Amino acid sequence: MMLNQFLLLAAALFCIGVYGVLTRRNGVLVLMSVELILNAVNINLVAFGAFQDNVMGDVFAVFVIAVAAAEVGVGLAMVLLMYRNRKSIDFTEVDMLKG
Amino acid sequence: MSLLTLAVEAVPEVSFTSEANWFLENVWIIPLLPALSFLGILFFGKRMPKGGAELGIAAIGAAFILAILTNVAWLDHRDNFDGVAESKLHGVVEDSHGEDHGDEDDHASAILNVDGVAEDVTLTALAEEGGEESHPAVAVLKQREWLVNGGVSFLVGTLLDGPSVIMLFVVTMISLLVHIYSTDYVSGDRRYTHYFAFLSLFSASMLFFVLSSSTLQLIAAWELVGVCSFALIGHWWEEKPNSDAALKAFLTNRVGDIGLLVGMIILFFSAGGTFDITTINEKVVAGEISQTAVTWAAISLTAAVMSKSGQFILHTWLPDAMAGPTPVSALIHAATMVVAGVFMIARLYPVFWQGYAISGSSINGLAIIGAVTVVFAGLLAFVQNDIKKVLAYSTVSQLGYMVMALGVGAWTAAIFHLFTHAFFKAGLFLGSGSVAHSVHSFDMKKDMGGMKEFMPTTYKTFIICSIALMGIFPTSGFWSKDEILVGTGGFGVGAEAANGSYHLMLVMGLVGAALTGAYMTRAIYLTFFGEFRGHGTPHESGPRITIPLIILSVFAIGAGFLNFPPGFLTGSAKEPSAWQERFGHFVEPAAAYFPAISHSVPSWGLAIVASVVGLVGPALAYFYYFVKVDGLAKETGEKLTGLPNGLTTTNGLARTGHQVLVNKYYLDWLYQGVIVAAVKGPIAKAAYWFNQNVLDEVVNTAGRSSVRAGQFVYKNIDQAVIDGAVNGSGQLSTNSGQGLRKVQTGKVQQYAAILFAGATILAGIFIVLV
Amino acid sequence: MEFLQEWGLTLAIFLPLVGVAVMMAFPKSDEATHKVIALATSLVVAAIGVLLLFDFDFDRADEMQWAVSHDWIDIIRTQYSIGIDGMSLPLLLLTMLITPLVIIYSWNHFPEPHNPKAFLMLILVLHAGMIGTFVARDLVLFFVFFEVVLLPMFFMIAVWGGEDRRYASLKFFLYTLFGSALMLVSFLALFFLAGGETFSITGLADAVVENGVSRNAQLWVFGGMLLGFGVKVPMFPFHTWLPDAHTQAPTQGSVILAAVLLKLGTYGFVRIAIPILPEAAVAWAPWIGLLAVIGIIYGALGCLAQTDMKRLIAFSSVAHMGYVMLGIATLTDWGINAAVFGMVAHGLITGMLFFVAGSVKERYHTLEIKRLGGLLVQAPRMGWILGFISMASLGLPGLAGFWGEFPAILAAYNPANGLPVGLFRVYMVIAALGTVLAAGYLLWLLQRTAMGEPSEEFANDPHITDTNREEWLAWSPLLVLILVFGLVPGLIFNVTDDAVDANLSDCLSAGDLDSSVKGSFDIGLCEREGIDEALAQLNVAIAGDEG
Repeated sequence: MMLNQFLLLAAALFCIGVYGVLTRRNGVLVLMSVELILNAVNINLVAFGAFQDNVMGDVFAVFVIAVAAAEVGVGLAMVLLMYRNRKSIDFTEVDMLKG
Repeated sequence: MSLLTLAVEAVPEVSFTSEANWFLENVWIIPLLPALSFLGILFFGKRMPKGGAELGIAAIGAAFILAILTNVAWLDHRDNFDGVAESKLHGVVEDSHGEDHGDEDDHASAILNVDGVAEDVTLTALAEEGGEESHPAVAVLKQREWLVNGGVSFLVGTLLDGPSVIMLFVVTMISLLVHIYSTDYVSGDRRYTHYFAFLSLFSASMLFFVLSSSTLQLIAAWELVGVCSFALIGHWWEEKPNSDAALKAFLTNRVGDIGLLVGMIILFFSAGGTFDITTINEKVVAGEISQTAVTWAAISLTAAVMSKSGQFILHTWLPDAMAGPTPVSALIHAATMVVAGVFMIARLYPVFWQGYAISGSSINGLAIIGAVTVVFAGLLAFVQNDIKKVLAYSTVSQLGYMVMALGVGAWTAAIFHLFTHAFFKAGLFLGSGSVAHSVHSFDMKKDMGGMKEFMPTTYKTFIICSIALMGIFPTSGFWSKDEILVGTGGFGVGAEAANGSYHLMLVMGLVGAALTGAYMTRAIYLTFFGEFRGHGTPHESGPRITIPLIILSVFAIGAGFLNFPPGFLTGSAKEPSAWQERFGHFVEPAAAYFPAISHSVPSWGLAIVASVVGLVGPALAYFYYFVKVDGLAKETGEKLTGLPNGLTTTNGLARTGHQVLVNKYYLDWLYQGVIVAAVKGPIAKAAYWFNQNVLDEVVNTAGRSSVRAGQFVYKNIDQAVIDGAVNGSGQLSTNSGQGLRKVQTGKVQQYAAILFAGATILAGIFIVLV
Repeated sequence: MEFLQEWGLTLAIFLPLVGVAVMMAFPKSDEATHKVIALATSLVVAAIGVLLLFDFDFDRADEMQWAVSHDWIDIIRTQYSIGIDGMSLPLLLLTMLITPLVIIYSWNHFPEPHNPKAFLMLILVLHAGMIGTFVARDLVLFFVFFEVVLLPMFFMIAVWGGEDRRYASLKFFLYTLFGSALMLVSFLALFFLAGGETFSITGLADAVVENGVSRNAQLWVFGGMLLGFGVKVPMFPFHTWLPDAHTQAPTQGSVILAAVLLKLGTYGFVRIAIPILPEAAVAWAPWIGLLAVIGIIYGALGCLAQTDMKRLIAFSSVAHMGYVMLGIATLTDWGINAAVFGMVAHGLITGMLFFVAGSVKERYHTLEIKRLGGLLVQAPRMGWILGFISMASLGLPGLAGFWGEFPAILAAYNPANGLPVGLFRVYMVIAALGTVLAAGYLLWLLQRTAMGEPSEEFANDPHITDTNREEWLAWSPLLVLILVFGLVPGLIFNVTDDAVDANLSDCLSAGDLDSSVKGSFDIGLCEREGIDEALAQLNVAIAGDEG
């Protein structure tokens, strides 16, 4: 097996994730795209770990998964609140921090 | 061997002892009593039934009794002291019999048993001279520490010797009589209590003064006497002339005090840093102080004497001081204030003796001042209409005698004259007060005349005291004045000069005697003879006024008998017999702190000349007033006080002279019109103008200029440049912020896009670089 | 006693500040509480003073007692170093006495605009500053306390003062601050010139000799101090702030100003300038003496020109401080003893004069001398008190004023080594002349205000009453002390003498020289090489002159 294959896969996933984050207006979808990005990173971590015979990569991946879970929890809660207040989860409408 | 040489050789080496009779050791009680009574009257006087007068009289009475006992004790101590005597220079002088100290050269190891010498010398003296001059008069000195300065402790205490003992007697006696007299004279006064309080303080200060053992104490007491006189002269301060007179007295004395301070300071340093009178005197006598220093000290101190004892040209305050109540005048003129100056010379006599080189000279500053005062003040007495002012000028003149006597070396004569003068002058003042009390005025010309009829007792005592003042045989004034004239050296009129021949002084003294007789005759005529010119019916004063007058006139007659001149009724004028010169023997110190004064030998010739001259004045005045004026008055029936065509109306020169006298030699005009007015007016104003317009203006200009400079800096530098820079930087950040805020859209995805773009770019840079 | 030894002086300095803190806790309207707290604080401080007096070892008056020394700001070598000796003790006790008396006097006499809280707090702050100045043994500490007193005084004049108070207070503040600035520069220059090791007064005195500070530098440094202290004294010609400040200040301010604040300047001379820089002191002394005698005569003339009672008293301070400065200028133990005595006496006497002036103003609502008169008739006791203190002020022996004046005049006859004797003798005569003028203006004041009949304007004014209870309470200690110190001057002289001697360089009195050669004695040489060397040099010079 080649490391490149995993890296390419991860890169593809990452790009899909970035695309999703930038283009989707739906909050849930944006969150999901973020998950894609995170998982792309996870793949990288696990791959590097396996190829270098280093358990650190796996450890980091597990850590990222845990953080991602928390992140999704907070993110979904925010989206839910957004919906409750505005009856919409469209991110483009939320620009109250405009300078 | 003559008395003269004996006296010169016999300066003993002892000065004082600290152990003596109880009365001599504890003499400090005498000034303390009136001092306490001052406080007592001041704080509780108003609550006392007699307004505090009783306390004052009790205190001064007790002091008087103590003073008499002290005098008695001194009488014994003077001749019979046999304890251990000391001297500041030689230390304790110890026991050894048979040494004749007159032969000793080595002072430091001088050994002397006073007792032994007393017997010894007395025997020798009796055998050889028939006198006892050689027995030292050992002063009684008690001191304790007052303050420490410069590591040296300075003592306060009492120095009791002949002059101070006799002054204790004079001061307490006159003061007691004045107290008693005052209870009647000022009864019902608005400040009766305060009056007595200050009488007490006045007496206390003077007693403190005569007992001083250090010059520092002298200064303190000197000023205290001054301030008491201020308070008493200005007793009726509601009227401005009275407070003016009080101020004048105090300020004139202050002028003299410059001399006092400077003189005492010179003595302090030249005697090696001490205020101690015995030390200073002993050092001067022993010649340990440079002549220059002593001369300067003597001159400075003379200035003080001139103001305090009213010597010409600083006498002007004295006549004005008549503004005070009459008993106070009596006290000031007889026993306290003005004699302080004379006493100070007597106390520091070595300084003057040495400083003016009195011995062997025929003229010196002190004698001249005295002589000039005798005559000039006597002349002024002629033009006074106020009876008290006549007496005031007469005091000035008599003080001139005393100072002159000291100036010619007749120390004992000066003290003797001070002693006799105290009685007759107090009698005259109190007598004039008695008259004024009944006619409510002091103006002889307007409100008196013919008082002989109304006030027989006052009249008689006044006449007696006047005769004593004129110095007519055999009253006390005769003896003391004659002794002064003898002291001048006699001008060859029989007397034998001892301390140089002061011819001028003798002449002035004789002229003064004639003048005294004349102006007193005038005053007597105007007051007691002729027609009564006042209002109402005068009456004799009560016993509290007349009894003191009687006592004083008794003394005015008898006090002179204490000091018969040697040779009087005995033949030999060279040495006194047992009943002659008792006073001199009693008061004159014979100790290491007193110079070797020699005594002039009196003569009948001089006494007769002086008596004749002294009678010429009264005779002329008698002729003028009692014969011519009185005759004319009886002829015309008018109440005359002078002849309508007298000398001053017919002779231009006499008129000018009269004018000068009326204006008191223009001295008052010079002092008040010129000097005081200048200092108070233009000079003070100029100084203040300088302060406000120059010094203060500098400050204000500095202040204003800084404000202006500040405004300039604020406007042109602070606001324009510095603040501009600050504001500019603020503006810049605002502008840049405005630009940047456009990036802040609030859209999360846009942020994310920028984030990723940035990450991509950074990654690109990273790749390129690595 | 152990505790007090260590903490007594510190307590005395800071207790007033504690009092201030407590007063802050109470509302302004609670006037009685404020009065009680302020009085209690000052009385406790005074009690410490009494303890101090009992505990003070008078046999060792030349040493610092109750001394405390701790590091304070180590980086500039300054220490919290306090202590008292015989020279500061009388002044310290004077301060501790005056403040409670001022508070008692204020009890029902608060000047407009009233506000006892602020007024009393300012007095307590002043109190702390004054005590601190007298006990400080470190230049920085001294400077801090010296400046602390400025501000409360400024507010006291500016808020409670007379009509022209803004001008007067500002002038007072800026003038003294100007002086202090120069003083600070001098202190710093001294610190660096002397090796930068210490700010302690005694340490600096030694360091100046050890580091061989040049004569020129010493002269400059002394000059700066002269200005700083001289403004405070105030010496002619730096005195112009004084009459304004006094005239405008409320009575209490005037009293404190006259009684204590002016002494900070003279105290600085005898405590700091002269002990540290004896050589420069000798060089400056003839000038100080000159300014002093000018001040004596000039102040007296100024008094004679016044029409306002308070302003007259203010000018008299210039004259009296002239005597103090003359005593200091002689650089002899006599002179400086006289100066310290003079400071205390002037504090008591002039303080009293201002008290009386304040009470007169309260009754007559004017101090215009022309309109006054007959005080002795309307308020006899107060008239007597005025007479008494006038006498004390003009230097009557038997009262305190004399002992500040006469010994100073005396000392001028024979000043320290290196000073021109002839010149100082001229000063002596001029100063003696000043006593006549002093008598003149004070007695004229007395005559015009106390004597005579009351003017018609006030003849039947029911407000004119005699001395009241608070006045008696506040005044009687001062009056008693004026008399006691006058009769027993040893009470102060005996305490100060050793300390003064210890603070004066031995060179100033070395050799007991004849007055004709005194002026040629080289103090600088003596300081550096020792007394013997300087005396030998002097002998050579004399021999040379004779040859």
